[in-house]
This record gives sequence, C-alpha cells and structure tokens, in this order.
Amino acid sequence: MTESTDPSLTLYRLQGCPYCERVVRKLGEYGLPYRSQFVEPLHSRRNAVKRVAGVRTVPVIVDERTGVTMAESDNIVDYLEATYG
Amino acid sequence: MVEFDVVDLGPSEAVPPGEPAPPFTRPLVTDEGWTDRSLAGLTADGPLLLVFTPMAGSFLATYTWSEIRDRGWDACGTTVVGVSASTPYELAAFLRDGDHPFGIFADPANGVADAYGVVHDLDGMAGIAEPRLAAFLIDDGTVEESWVSREWPEFLPYDAIEAVIED
Repeated sequence: MTESTDPSLTLYRLQGCPYCERVVRKLGEYGLPYRSQFVEPLHSRRNAVKRVAGVRTVPVIVDERTGVTMAESDNIVDYLEATYG
Repeated sequence: MVEFDVVDLGPSEAVPPGEPAPPFTRPLVTDEGWTDRSLAGLTADGPLLLVFTPMAGSFLATYTWSEIRDRGWDACGTTVVGVSASTPYELAAFLRDGDHPFGIFADPANGVADAYGVVHDLDGMAGIAEPRLAAFLIDDGTVEESWVSREWPEFLPYDAIEAVIED
C-alpha cells in the first residue's frame, strides 16, 4: 500500500514522545517532507519497528533516498544535520 | 413471542453508483500502528471495497469483520479496507484481538461517513455520530456499487458483495 506521492523519509514515532518530537522539529527546520508511522506505547507491540530497524525503540527514521535506517534521536539529529543541514 | 424493535433508519443519502468516490486522507490503522493514507493511493492499483461499520467494540463491528475475515476477503482481487469512528488506538487493539488482516481508516469526526452520505447520529450517545453499516465498491475513482443498511441492526449482504468483488 504505497503511494506515488510518498515522501522518501518515514518517521516511526510514538504520540507525545519527546525524543520523537525532537526529530520532528529538526525535520521541520529543514523543511523536509516525511511520512509519520505511529506505533503503539507497548514495546512488545512494536514488531513493525523491530523488522525495519532491529530495535523496538522510537524514533526511527528511514531515508529511502540514502538507504539509511537509523534509531536513537541523537544519531538521527546528527544524521539530518550532516545530510540536509 | 418476544417483541423487539428493529429501527428503521430510513433512506440514506449515500453516494450513488456512477458518481465520483469522495476523496479523503485519514490514518489507516493496522494491528501494528497507523499512518496517513489517501483513498487515491489505495485505489491506484485496482478496485477497492470500502466498508463502513459502527465503532470497534459494537457487536456489529465484531460480527462484520469476523465474517469478512472468515470469508477470506483479504485474499480476493479487491482491496478491502474499513472506515470507523473509533480512534487509532481502539482500532489497532480491535484488529489485533480479532486477528483481522485488514486496515481500517480512523475517522473519529465522522467526516468520511458524511462525505459518503452514511452518517448515523447515535441515540443516547450525545454528540457522537458514526457511519451506518455500508460498503462501497470503488474502481477508477468511481462508486461502482453500494450497499447501505436501512435498518438497525442489519448486516451486509455478504454473498452478493462476494459475487461482485471476486469477479
């Protein structure tokens, strides 16, 4: 179920998660379009994230343009600054 | 003889066959989470059956999605997706609990039901509206067929729908 207008960036996020919002702010700062994939609060129900990134933590970012999949907000913010800053 | 009342919902103002399917974007919920999807994005690859049901937790939603699951409509040539006034969290739990291999659009403000002319204002639940039980077969941006409940409760005509979506 993909769409032709899909942005190349997908952010796996949890509603109200400050680490996720930090990444959101950075994406906004650079004007980068992204798709939000919301996950559930319970770690055990985050198999979708586990399949993509090997971890159950969020945020996770997937950048189809560069082939990068990355967890941990510190790393993601550094990556966004280095790539799009 | 036990007496009971089946409520007559009256005629609907549903979008008739031959008319454009109203476009919309809502969070599409699966048992693992949700992300915004447009109707157009889902219909790009072929026909789609849009199934409106009452809220997750109602027996109508449970029976309808259990029947659709048991009939294996996830494997037919038509994409089957739902629309519900329930929140993403409720729908994710509903899909997981019922082992339902489908996506359901979360539409708590009931705007999609409004656009399709199938709003049901609930008696005794102030301020809450949800869709009537209804299904629309959409192909190439057009409503091809529709089934809208006229009574409460009433179930979808599964056999008739199956004959069309498996064509």
